[in-house]
Parts: sequence; structure tokens; C-alpha cells
Amino acid sequence: MNFWNDPLHFLAEQLTAMLSRWGLPTAWITFIEFFLGAMALIVFAMALDIGLVWVERKVVARFQDRLGPNRLGPFGLFQPVADIIKMVIKEDITPATADKFLYNLAPVLAAVAVIALWAILPLASTIYGADLNVGLLYVIAAGALGTLAVLIAGWASRNKFALLGAFRMVASLISYEIPMVIVLLVPTLLAGTMSLRGIAEAQRSIWFALLSPLACLIFLISAIAELGRAPFDLHEAESEIVAGYHIEYSGMKFGWFYAAELLHAFTFGGLLAILFFGGYTGFFGLEKLPAFIWLDNPFVQAAVFLAKAMVGYWVIMWVKYSLPRVRIDHLLAFNWKFLTPLALVVLVSTAILHRALMEAPRWQYGMALWLANLVIAWITIEILRVQARRQRRHQRAASQRQQTAQEQTV
Amino acid sequence: MTAEQGLFLCAAAFTLASAVMVVSARRLIHAALWLIAVLSGVAILYALLQASFLVVVQVVIYIGAIAVLFIFAIMLTRRQTDHDAPSRWTRRAPAFLISLLTLGALSGIVLAFPEAGRLPPPMPPDLDAVNALGAALLSPTGAAAYAGVLFHESYVLPFEVASVLLLAALVGAIYLATTERRRRES
Repeated sequence: MNFWNDPLHFLAEQLTAMLSRWGLPTAWITFIEFFLGAMALIVFAMALDIGLVWVERKVVARFQDRLGPNRLGPFGLFQPVADIIKMVIKEDITPATADKFLYNLAPVLAAVAVIALWAILPLASTIYGADLNVGLLYVIAAGALGTLAVLIAGWASRNKFALLGAFRMVASLISYEIPMVIVLLVPTLLAGTMSLRGIAEAQRSIWFALLSPLACLIFLISAIAELGRAPFDLHEAESEIVAGYHIEYSGMKFGWFYAAELLHAFTFGGLLAILFFGGYTGFFGLEKLPAFIWLDNPFVQAAVFLAKAMVGYWVIMWVKYSLPRVRIDHLLAFNWKFLTPLALVVLVSTAILHRALMEAPRWQYGMALWLANLVIAWITIEILRVQARRQRRHQRAASQRQQTAQEQTV
Repeated sequence: MTAEQGLFLCAAAFTLASAVMVVSARRLIHAALWLIAVLSGVAILYALLQASFLVVVQVVIYIGAIAVLFIFAIMLTRRQTDHDAPSRWTRRAPAFLISLLTLGALSGIVLAFPEAGRLPPPMPPDLDAVNALGAALLSPTGAAAYAGVLFHESYVLPFEVASVLLLAALVGAIYLATTERRRRES
């Protein structure tokens, strides 16, 4: 074992050797190592977050035909630093009637809910916080903490816009969690494990996005709803409820919500990469050849993972800055009448095919799953087309009736 | 005292203190949030028992769904959240009596177990608890071979029946809500 093959364990061993030379008991050494590991992970995530501020501002500018920050440093790279200084020195206002403790707790909880996800993200086959065998359920649990943060922020601010925002957020979060949980069972089924590292390892030969493109799409949609980004950003709809649940927050407390949102979007880009695009793997067996053995190095793997996560994050931004906001009834109807049944159909068909073709050659298994998804997508589109046609006919009939009634009265 | 026992004592103290706050908090919403603290304390206790599946399920179901629905219901009934509810001694005395009886009954049941007060046996280090649980739900004999634990019956049927019960409750709630609306409209 050396630094280049397994950096975390190598460092841990060195530290253990050093601390035991100093005469510390084993329990203390374990505690110190876990503490340092968690701190390093948090610092890495938050440092990445600072970079994300720049990425987000630059990308939104390009989508809106602007240049974005370009004055401070090369390509405006130092702009986030100026943003942070501005946030920190702004006046920190607490509303007079606010519930002080809860008001201050909410931004922290929002950040904790996101950073908790980083504990189980495998950056490479040997670089990860924890390899939980209930990894996917843990993702859902961390999402529940995020819901709680929004709810507390909305209530503790004592502002009707904040409360309305919190209500909307919880309504959409609770409903979009259902297709997400159903669709998360598809990678679980295909990989035979709920551990994120196991799921990434299972995709060394083929990505799950190719085996089940519909599941990937449903996960992306429900992830955007979970993030509360446009077109599902009803909870902070500027034109209706000003800023939603964080309306009363100023300075760095608002900064925490902002940072948590950016990191959350990036983290879900990473989850999308792990669950459906192979995570840190991604050379399709090339790394097994002797000439390319260096591709399996943890640092290369981490770079591959971060690049894939960035692409996922970019897709989420792309959706956010191109689509208009949906109405609340459309949001809920889309979830309950379209996404949830579709997710159930995808799950059941995947489960049956997976079990039936377990012994078949891999290419038959892959083709069958892919074709099943294609057929489901085609049937879905046909059903939608028939429904849309019926709706249009009803509308036309109704407007004609109205017209004749008006003519008769005239 | 091992580190594990120290952690257990901290988590237990936190859970108990939060539980006291649930019943003594003046505002309903604070009580609901303290309830979340209690539930997360219980999740920590599960984590100390190495039951990772129970930990996440505890957080997802109790904190993510049930507690959030509690808070939602409290927030929608605005009037009660604005005032501090006055405490009534006439209600406190019987409540105290009942909780004392419950405490006695529960401790009696726990102490009746022969394993009560003993440390749990160490788990095999390579045990995949989630797989063992799934196998136990499906076929108890297979799980016995898998995990070296003995199960006497299959749990899938009662598990599924419980979900049918929940579905019945859901349908009933929808029926009640729509009849109320229909009465108001007519």
C-alpha cells in the first residue's frame, strides 16, 4: 500500500504510527483520525462550494447572453471571494418576533443536510467517507433533514411569505420523494446492493443509464424537484412570494442557504453520476490493460467523478435557466398522475426482466432491459398524445358552445 | 467504562431530556421539534447497536414523514401556535399517574427478558445486516443459515397486511374529506 494507490489509508496508517509513538491510547487515535477525516471532507466540500459560486454565475450569464463576472482576477475567478466578504460584513438582521433559536438553527441544518450526503459519496474506489450498506436510504434520510430545515426557516421567520414558501416546498418535497424512492430501487436491483460504492463498481462494464434510461430521467426530474430549482422553484417564486422561506435572512445566514443550495445541486449531479453513469469508473475495461493501468489510480478516478458530477450539475443548471416555473397544481398532478405510475411501471418491468434474464448472456440482458425501456417510453408518449387530443377536442367543443350561446343572445 | 458505554449514556441522556421537553414545552411547535430530537436520539441508540437499516428508516419515516406532517398540521392550525398554552394542574396529575404506570409496566416487561442488562453479543464483522433482514423477511430458514440467527416464522405476510391497513386508512380519509366538501358545496 502506498500513497498513490490508497491515499486515505496510507495517511491514516502514518498518523497511527506517529500518534502511537507519542503514547496515545488506541481509542483516542481512532477518534482523532475520524475527526480529521470528517473535517477534511467538510473543508473539501465547502472549498468546492466557493468554486461553484463562480461556476453558477458564469453559466447563468452565458445562458442569458451575458459575460458574467470578469473583472476580479482571470475570468473573474476571485469574484466568489468578494461575494463572501460582502455576505459576511452585511448587517445580520433578526426579525423582532422571530423564534430566535430556531431562526438561527435553520441555515445550519440546511447546510448539514447537504454535507451529510458527502459522508457517503465515493470519490474513488479507495476515497470515501463511509461505505454504508444502506447508502441509498441514507440519501433519502438526508433529504428529510433538508425538508425540516426549510420548514423551520419558514416558521421561525414569522413572515407569511416565508411560511407560504415553506408550505409549497414541503408539499413538493414530500410528493417528489415517492418517484425518487421508487426509481432508486432500479440501480439497487441492477447492482444488487444499496451501497453507493457497490453501485459504482457494478457499472464497470455498462452504465445503468443505458440499461434503464427512463429511471435515469425520472431520477433527474425528481432530483430537480428535491433541490427546489426551476421549474420546481415554487417555494422561492420571486414574482409571487418574494423570496420564500429565506426572505427574512440576511448576511451570512442567507449565505448558508445559498451555499447549501449550490452544493446540493452539485451533490445531486454527483449522485446522478454514481447511480446511472458509473461514478468514478468509466473506461469500460480499458483500465484492465497493462498499458492503461494508471487509469485505475484513485486520483484519476476522483477527477473522473468530479467531471461527471460537474456535467450533471450543468444539466441541472441548463434546465433551471431554460424552463419557466410550473404552477402548483401542475407540479402535483405531474408527480402523482405521471411520474409515480411511470416509475412503478419501470421498476416492475426491470425487476421481472432482471430476474428472468439473470442467467442469459450479458448482451441479451442489456438489450432486453434497454428495449423494455424504449417500449415503455413509446407507450407513455402514445397515451399522452391520445389524452392531449381528447383534451383539445373538449376545449374546442366548449368554446364552440360558448360562441353559439353568445350569438343566440345577440 | 468503554467509549461505547459513554456514547450510550450521552445519547440516552439527550433522548430523555428531549422527551421531558416534549411534554413541558409551552408552544406546540416546540414540542414537535423536541419530538424530532427524541427520535434522532433513538436513531443514535440504534446506530450504537450497529442496526444501520433501522437508523435510516427511523430518520426517513419518523423524522422525514411523521414529524414533518405533525409540524405541518400544527402550522395549519395557526391559532394554537401563536399563544402559549396555559398549563393545567387538573390535567397534569392524572397524566403523571398514567405515565408512571406505563413506566412501571414497560420496565417490568424489559426486566422479564433474560437478556436484560447484559451487553449484546458481538456481531460477526462480515455480517451484511440489510441482506440478513431481507432474507429473514422472505424465508426465515434461509436467513437462519445466512446469519446464524434463528427465526421462527416468516414476516412477509404480516408486513404486507400492515400496508393494506394503511391503504384502507388512506381511502377512508379521502372519503371523509370529499363527503365534507360535497356537503359544503350543496
